[in-house]
Amino acid sequence: MDISYNVNGDDFTRAGEASSKFKKALKQVGFDAEIIRRVTIAMYEAEINMVIHAHGGVIDCKITPEKIELWFRDKGPGIENIDLAMKEGYSTAPDNVRSLGFGAGMGLPNIKKYTDEMKIETELGVGTTVYIAVNV
Amino acid sequence: MTLKEVCEILEANVVCGQDNLDIEVKMACGSDMMSDVLAFVKNQSLLLTGLQNPQVVRTADMMDMHCIVFVRGKEPTEDIIELACDRDIVLMQTPLRMFTACGRLYDAGLKG
Repeated sequence: MDISYNVNGDDFTRAGEASSKFKKALKQVGFDAEIIRRVTIAMYEAEINMVIHAHGGVIDCKITPEKIELWFRDKGPGIENIDLAMKEGYSTAPDNVRSLGFGAGMGLPNIKKYTDEMKIETELGVGTTVYIAVNV
Repeated sequence: MTLKEVCEILEANVVCGQDNLDIEVKMACGSDMMSDVLAFVKNQSLLLTGLQNPQVVRTADMMDMHCIVFVRGKEPTEDIIELACDRDIVLMQTPLRMFTACGRLYDAGLKG
């Protein structure tokens, strides 16, 4: 099963809509609650990142009998230093994002924590693709 | 502890989800940083926060939480209430500050 979502980058209040919809879809398929939670937390963090850093993008989701895979593709500024970005507490988010409850530097480490596989491809000035997979 | 007891202990108003007050909660967390809630919370079903935006409800939804308590008398906006109703999440509002609200619940046996 394949599903795609467009993430609007201009409206922070709507960030998380795609994750919320995908969570409902996973529930309908009947996945285990813990699997659903891991996938949707990772997806939500990545979706928030797309809105904060990259003016939105596209999320492609693929459900197979073995795993749930997601690709987050954006045309944002790219990640300058992936090692630093993966460090807990490191954040380049502006102060206004912190006042909204995000930007604590936990996004990427959190995505890694909840998934079985995570890959980041990024090019400065071109964009970033984050791939994640959770085994079912 | 039921959500009804939480409501009494915190002298709270129920903003939405009046029909779900018999839900049992065992653990809670208090934070204004949703990033931290997503990173450190496990099996907590009650969120106390002073933050006011729809991401609070979305965060609670992703974590399978049953109830959000807004501390310091903050009034949730219509979009927040609508989203919480749609997700079957109980919303409460207490005049207590974060520290006091958490302290009272902890004292009454709720774990962190």
